[in-house]
Amino acid sequence: MLENEDWDIKITAQNNIFDLKLKDVWQYRDLLLLLVRRDFVSFYKQTILGPIWFFIQPVITIMFYTLVFGNLAGIPVDGLPKPLFYLAGTIIWNYFAECLTKTSTVFRDNSALLGKVYFPRLIMPLSIVLSNLIRFGVQFLLFMILYVVYLFKGTVILPNAFLLLLPLLIIMIAALGLGLGMIISAVTTKYRDLAFIVSFGVPLLMYTTTVIFPLSVAEAKYPAYSWLVKFNPITAIIEAFRYGFLGRGSFSWELMGYSLVTTVVILLLGTIIFNRVEKTFVDTV
Amino acid sequence: MSTVIKVENLSKAYQLGDFGTGTISRDLERYWARIRGKEDPFLKIGETNDRTTKGESDVVWSLRDINFDIEQGDAVGIIGRNGAGKSTLLKILSRVTSPTTGSVKVKGRIASLLEVGTGFHPELTGKENIFLNGAILGMRKAEIKRKFDEIVDFSGVERYIDTPVKRYSSGMYVRLAFAVAAHLESEILIVDEVLAVGDAEFQKKCLGKMGDISKSEGRTVLFVSHNLQSVRAICNSGIVLKNGLINFSSDKINEVLDNYANTEHEQNTLSWVHDGANKKRSDYLFIHSVFISQSAAPTTSVVNREDDISFNLNVAINTKDPRLEIAIIIKDSTGNTVFITQSTDDIQENWPSIKIGDNHLSVVVPKNTLNHGEFILVVEAYLYRTEVLYSESGNAPRIRFKVDGNLSNSTYWTQARHGSYAPILSWKSK
Repeated sequence: MLENEDWDIKITAQNNIFDLKLKDVWQYRDLLLLLVRRDFVSFYKQTILGPIWFFIQPVITIMFYTLVFGNLAGIPVDGLPKPLFYLAGTIIWNYFAECLTKTSTVFRDNSALLGKVYFPRLIMPLSIVLSNLIRFGVQFLLFMILYVVYLFKGTVILPNAFLLLLPLLIIMIAALGLGLGMIISAVTTKYRDLAFIVSFGVPLLMYTTTVIFPLSVAEAKYPAYSWLVKFNPITAIIEAFRYGFLGRGSFSWELMGYSLVTTVVILLLGTIIFNRVEKTFVDTV
Repeated sequence: MSTVIKVENLSKAYQLGDFGTGTISRDLERYWARIRGKEDPFLKIGETNDRTTKGESDVVWSLRDINFDIEQGDAVGIIGRNGAGKSTLLKILSRVTSPTTGSVKVKGRIASLLEVGTGFHPELTGKENIFLNGAILGMRKAEIKRKFDEIVDFSGVERYIDTPVKRYSSGMYVRLAFAVAAHLESEILIVDEVLAVGDAEFQKKCLGKMGDISKSEGRTVLFVSHNLQSVRAICNSGIVLKNGLINFSSDKINEVLDNYANTEHEQNTLSWVHDGANKKRSDYLFIHSVFISQSAAPTTSVVNREDDISFNLNVAINTKDPRLEIAIIIKDSTGNTVFITQSTDDIQENWPSIKIGDNHLSVVVPKNTLNHGEFILVVEAYLYRTEVLYSESGNAPRIRFKVDGNLSNSTYWTQARHGSYAPILSWKSK
């Protein structure tokens, strides 16, 4: 028996940390799509309204935001129609938050399946991101409907070329949610403490970015602390989205660049950590 | 034949107990040791993994330095008691978890069937689940499409294929799941105790399919089961695991099974005495001892079949109840029942008379009845249709004994025959 024979699979204690097994993921791409389909189909099975539920949640959310933050608290929204302003922030934030929370519990939620069969574990969080992309797509459609309604009503909305950044923005949100979620998931397999932080922390985190207020207001009111808002990489994404579609807000290449670098780092770090933990999480989850 | 699986120095350690606040400091210590290139401080303590004794450390070696090769086309049975490391081995082979040390090298794809129906989504239909499950096991969509009809046909649930699987019976569920896995074109198939469910007909079909897979298709099968009969039926070689070590392995499955039967079961004795431990006393009866006797005192563990074999019980009766029944179950070495005899089998007049206090009961198996071989005697007791007082799964007395002696005085019958019985019956001409 020669040592240098061709083996298809080698199972050892440790792998190279930079071996991300992306080739395996590609081989299992059909599984990815089937899982997305499964999530989508099982979401509205045995419901009356079916996929309409994708609409209902953001509609009710922006109604409350408009009432509470817009009218009651009177936080200015850069002179934009309030529902449109909130919806723009909400759909982006929701996509991020869903990716993050679902991914962070991916090992626990699927321990029965993952404990029995091998497939590239990365498939599971990727399917979450893709499933939620469909959801984001539906909600974006809602945004466009509202957008057109306001245009017909004669509201002055000035879109510009920055709206072409949309695909990049979507990838960035997904990557941030995925990366952070994977980092958290790796820790929570053994210590569940972080899961509690996520469950109450993510909704709170929303207030540190520009979902319910524009960056300009934060800078005007708390000039000393506005860096905190900018520190959140989601801020740049929401601001760029609003700037591109609604023509208000701000766009700065520095902020965008910072956000992009953060995203790449978090995603890489998340993937590496995830790949390390997936090998033994079954023993500790 | 070439080697398709090569296992080298494979070990797996598990941490016992709960993970809590204590674990994090230990993790940090471990991490610190690794940074300095030192050995893991918590893995040093070596003990064999015997679940019945409490060890010194809370790290346990579920597998320890396992080495073996498997050739292409082999059907390998992996047997051992609960906790011997069988499932851990399969988990490592199917890449669900990774080893602590050592390595496994594999040629070809591995499909594992550790528990059928994993990945079935209850809301999806049978058809959708075939695709999903197939993909989870590593099939491409086109491959599943090609085999779809065959899978449905094998599973025998064609009528329900567009119904959500949550409406399936558990048998149908298993049928479908096994069908998907069995049609996977993997070079290696790992099967763990799937045949426990499903009806006899389907079990037979599964066994047949697994036989086909290894014999005619030349694929490799690894099979873990407690059912030694099905291991014998499918496998051609085997491995016996004990406390995380390979106790025995051979490419002749019969040798493996015999070895397992000999080493893993209790030693042969001809008596059982209540061990005085705290076992709860029944209000009705208490079995003090059980022993096997013959007219000439038998040797320590061997019974002569040329003489009557008498099974004796010393029983204390606390409450006289007409419902009381005592049963003796005789099993062969693989655990299949040979026969059952009960104190209440005959008409009531012939039942043994039982009084409050100590009783001595005996029942005789006529000479020249049991064949050569090992048998297990189990004593159970019941209140007729009301209560089980002694059950095999619980506290029942158990004796393992060996039957030997001449088969017959005939000059023709000189070789041992199959079967649990070897009676000498008289042939007449009319």
